[in-house]
Amino acid sequence: MQNFIDAYSWINIRYLLQGLWVTVEVSVASIILSYIFGTILGIIRYANIKYVSAIVGFIIDLIRNLPLLLIIFFTYFGLPNLGFKPAIIEAAILAMTVFESMMIAEIVRSGIVAVDSGQMEGALSNGLSYWQGLRIVILPQAMKNMIPALVSQFISLVKDTSLATIIVLPEMMYHAQIIYGQNTNYIIPMFIALAVLYFIVCYALSLLAKYLDKRMSYR
Amino acid sequence: MIHIFATQWPLLLEGLGRTLLCSIIALFFSLIIGSLFAIFEIMPNKIMRVIGNIYVEVFRNIPLLVITMFFFVVIPLYVTKINGFTAGTIGLTIYTSAFIAETVRSGIQSVDPGQMEGAMSNGLTFWQSMRYVVLPQAFKIVIPPLGNQFINLVKNSSVLAFVAGFDLMYQGNMIANNTLQTMPTFFVVGILYLVITMPLSYYMRYLEKKLA
Repeated sequence: MQNFIDAYSWINIRYLLQGLWVTVEVSVASIILSYIFGTILGIIRYANIKYVSAIVGFIIDLIRNLPLLLIIFFTYFGLPNLGFKPAIIEAAILAMTVFESMMIAEIVRSGIVAVDSGQMEGALSNGLSYWQGLRIVILPQAMKNMIPALVSQFISLVKDTSLATIIVLPEMMYHAQIIYGQNTNYIIPMFIALAVLYFIVCYALSLLAKYLDKRMSYR
Repeated sequence: MIHIFATQWPLLLEGLGRTLLCSIIALFFSLIIGSLFAIFEIMPNKIMRVIGNIYVEVFRNIPLLVITMFFFVVIPLYVTKINGFTAGTIGLTIYTSAFIAETVRSGIQSVDPGQMEGAMSNGLTFWQSMRYVVLPQAFKIVIPPLGNQFINLVKNSSVLAFVAGFDLMYQGNMIANNTLQTMPTFFVVGILYLVITMPLSYYMRYLEKKLA
C-alpha cells in the first residue's frame, strides 16, 4: 500500500499528466489532419476518376496493410536519408496522419457506398452536378452512417500514440517508463495509472460516439 | 533494397516466421477467449453479462503496448522469467480477444433469436444450443470481420519489437542500425509485411462481396 502512496506523489502524477497532454496534442492534431485528408482520399477513391482512383485506391490498400510502427520508424529514421529531418513530435504526427488518413479514407468510401444509389440519381435528375450531389446530398447522409466507425478509429489512434514511445516522443507511456525505471516498486502503480488514464480518454470518446449516434438517429 | 535482402535474408525470414507464429498462436487463443466472453455478454445471467462487458470495454480501451509491457515487466518481477516473445503473445492474445469478443457478439446477435428458442425448446441446454446451433451460424457471418482482425493482429504483432520478441519489425530495426541502410531496410520489411497482409485483405474483401 505504501508503494502506491509513494508512487502517486504529486511530482509523478504531474509528470504523467504532462505526458497525457502530449498524447492529447498529438492525437488531436492527427485526428483533425487525418479526417481532412481521409475524407478527400475516400471521395477520390469512390469517384471513379480515370487512373487516379485506381492509383489512390492501391496506395490506400498498401499503407493500410503496413504496421503503424513501421511507418513511425520510416518517418523518423528514414526521412532524414531523403534530406528532410522532422522533429520528434512532427514525425509522430506525420506518421499518425499518413496511417490514419488511409484508414479513414476506407471508412468514408464504404460510408458513401452504403448510401442508397437512388439518392445520387435523384440529385442528378434535379439538376445538380455530380460533385454538388456528392457534397450536398450524399456526404451528409454518409457522415451520419460513418460516426461509429470513425470514432472507433479515433480511439485506436489515441491508443496508437503510445507506439511513438519508440522515437522517444515524451508522451504518457514514455513518462511512465521513466518513473518506474527509477523504482521497481512503482511498476504496478504506474501501469494501473496508465490503464486508468488511457481508459478514461478512450471510453469518453466511445461514450461521445454513442451519444452522437443516438442524437443523429432521432432526426 | 535487393542488397539488403540478399545479405540479411536469414534474419528477415526468421523475423517473418516469428511474426507469423506469434500471430497464429494469438489468433487461436483469442478466438477461444473472445468467443467465451462474447457468450458471457449475451447470457441471461446478469453477473456474467457485466463480467463480459467489463472485460471487453477495459481491454479495448487500453493500448496494446501498455498490456504487453505490463506482462513483460511485471511477470518477471513477481512470478517467473518470461521472454519477450511469450509476453508479447500473451499481450496480443488479451488485446485481440476483446475485439474478437465484440465481433463474435454482433455475429451471435445477428442470428435469428428463434434459432436459440427452437434449440432450447427441443431440450438442449443453453451451452448446447450455443455450441450446436447458434455459434456455427454466427461464425459464418463473422468470417470476413475475423479475417480483418487477423490482419490487424499481424500488424499489431510489430509491438513485439518493444519487448525484444525477435519479430520482423525487431529484426528490421536491428538490421537498419547495423547497416545504416535505413530506407532500404524498412522498404524490405514493409514488403514482407505486405506479403502476408495484402492478399489476406483482398481475399476478405472478395469474401465480403460474395457473402453480402
